[in-house]
Amino acid sequence: MQFPLTEEQRLIQTTAREFADNEIAPVADKHNREGVFPADLVKRMGQLGFLGMLVPETYGGNGIGNFGLVLALEEVNRACASTGVTMSVQNSLVCAPIVHFGSAALKKKYLPKLASGEFLGAYALSEPGSGSDAAGLVASAVKDGDSFVLNGTKNFITTGAEADVVIAMLRTDPSHKTRGITAFIVESGWEGFAVGKKEDKLGLRSSSTVQLVFEDMRVPAANILGEVGIGFKIAMHTLDGGRIGIAAQAVGIAQACLDASVKYAEEREAFDQQIGKFQAIQFKLANMATKIEASRLLVYNAARLKDAGQPHGKEAAMAKLFASEASNDAAREAVQIHGGAGYLEDFSVERYFRDARITEIYEGTSEIQRIVIARHVLKNLR
Amino acid sequence: MKIVVLVKSVPDTESKIKIGADGTSIDPQGLKFIMNPYDEFAVEEGLRIKERLKDDTTVVAVSMGPERAVEVLRTALAMGADDAIHVSDPAFEGGDAQANARVLAEVIRPLSPDLILGGKQAIDYDAAQVCPAIAEYLGMPQALIVSELKISDDKKVATARRRVEGGDEMVEMTLPALVTCEKGLNEPRYASLPGIMKAKKKEIKKVGLADLPLKAESVGAAGSKTKVVKYHNLPERPPVKMIAGDAAAQAAELVRLLREEAKVI
Repeated sequence: MQFPLTEEQRLIQTTAREFADNEIAPVADKHNREGVFPADLVKRMGQLGFLGMLVPETYGGNGIGNFGLVLALEEVNRACASTGVTMSVQNSLVCAPIVHFGSAALKKKYLPKLASGEFLGAYALSEPGSGSDAAGLVASAVKDGDSFVLNGTKNFITTGAEADVVIAMLRTDPSHKTRGITAFIVESGWEGFAVGKKEDKLGLRSSSTVQLVFEDMRVPAANILGEVGIGFKIAMHTLDGGRIGIAAQAVGIAQACLDASVKYAEEREAFDQQIGKFQAIQFKLANMATKIEASRLLVYNAARLKDAGQPHGKEAAMAKLFASEASNDAAREAVQIHGGAGYLEDFSVERYFRDARITEIYEGTSEIQRIVIARHVLKNLR
Repeated sequence: MKIVVLVKSVPDTESKIKIGADGTSIDPQGLKFIMNPYDEFAVEEGLRIKERLKDDTTVVAVSMGPERAVEVLRTALAMGADDAIHVSDPAFEGGDAQANARVLAEVIRPLSPDLILGGKQAIDYDAAQVCPAIAEYLGMPQALIVSELKISDDKKVATARRRVEGGDEMVEMTLPALVTCEKGLNEPRYASLPGIMKAKKKEIKKVGLADLPLKAESVGAAGSKTKVVKYHNLPERPPVKMIAGDAAAQAAELVRLLREEAKVI
């Protein structure tokens, strides 16, 4: 795609692309088949700065910002969406809320280690009984002197098995649904923290998704992110940013689908010619390429607005909605172009097809994105 | 020590090269440019020497070429080079390897480097002439196609392992010297994101003809003794012919084809 990037942005993109092509892509199929978390790769990504892109230099990051982040995320996700989601969660769901809402002490304590990859992080909002209805969460934090005692179960926690720190939303006031939620930074080494069931998923098989259980876990009040009662606001603000990352992930998966399809269309022959010479295949490729380009522009725009400090909730939701659907369209067509071969795990498109599906679900389902967008459109209807 | 590393912007290895309309140039439209891969070994080696010595050693990246050379220099800075010099002037256009080496030698001379590192060749024109010519102009020893390099503790001698036909040759040189780098010398690092942010703030020094003790007639096309007359595309590869039958029949048919069609036996 022709898009006027600055020299610095091109260098970020190139570095991410080279790392993704040379280091991540060659092992992605194997890691996903075996369900291995790529700890070494993630560590190296931390050393290169890919986990601290939203963290200011004063706290050990590189402060590159959201635009640079989406450029890098697309490249990493093109190679492996599991590695991509680990990177996205660390940047957007763990580092970003600490940067925005954390006290100076919390920033100093956690950000340098998270930015360098020495610590991995997770974000715990969903529960067995609350997903899209996030404010319906019941896991509780009860004040006891200078600390809070946490009890409850969190569901579908990405990187939960490997995380050193978790940003967890807990109910501190049962009498108010949204304003009764508080965000805490908890450490996995603390007593009362347990990793529960590891989920066996359709895709993202080299990223861990687990249940986290808090049982009488004592957390110092100093580890409250922001203040008591603004946890839901923090959660929603954080997801606005996270959505841009997931939209970038969807673009990366879609681009991988297109790249694989173009290669196959130029190589595979049927009826005495390359299948790319058939209009049926050409139209599929044209549709894929066009939707990818549109998705990418939506992602760039949302990231650009966020970096400029402007409202971006609607744009982030649009980018996530459109890119995730485009990604699934691309994945379905990629498998179709590959025919029977695309249904086999010998070809990476089989993995892309399974990985694309989650982009329409996590960090807000497509239905939730439509609600967010509709609320922005119907300004006067409350 | 002062280490000069020569880097060049070349078309990506996966690019499809098209000959320009004039027949004597490469059409840059739609080409993606990268740092010459052998130059990456040179940058990496310079940085490793600096890191090993842990003294006041500096690594200066030098690139001659159009505006896109700046991006390659920025990459060298992002990898960890201390300074960068962009050598560019309309007068330098159309220069052959010797004319370009003459310019680069004069850019490098006032820097008084202890070591000059470059790629064993650039993957665009594959001439492999600029680096050795620079060493000649500067009157320093050179070791080409080096796969292992050691600098003595007193920083006065370089020992290089060269790939030669059928084996390796060990060369010892007094510094200052020039070395061109071969694959296997090291594993180049990725430019880190903090490195990219730091590189953004560094100034890339521009050097043109006016800054050098050279006359316009000794540089660029005017100072070149060779001239590209025409580029040709590689001929299309003829289709592969499969020979059927059992082994004996295949062998007989192969001999017949080699004799009657290919006329090689």
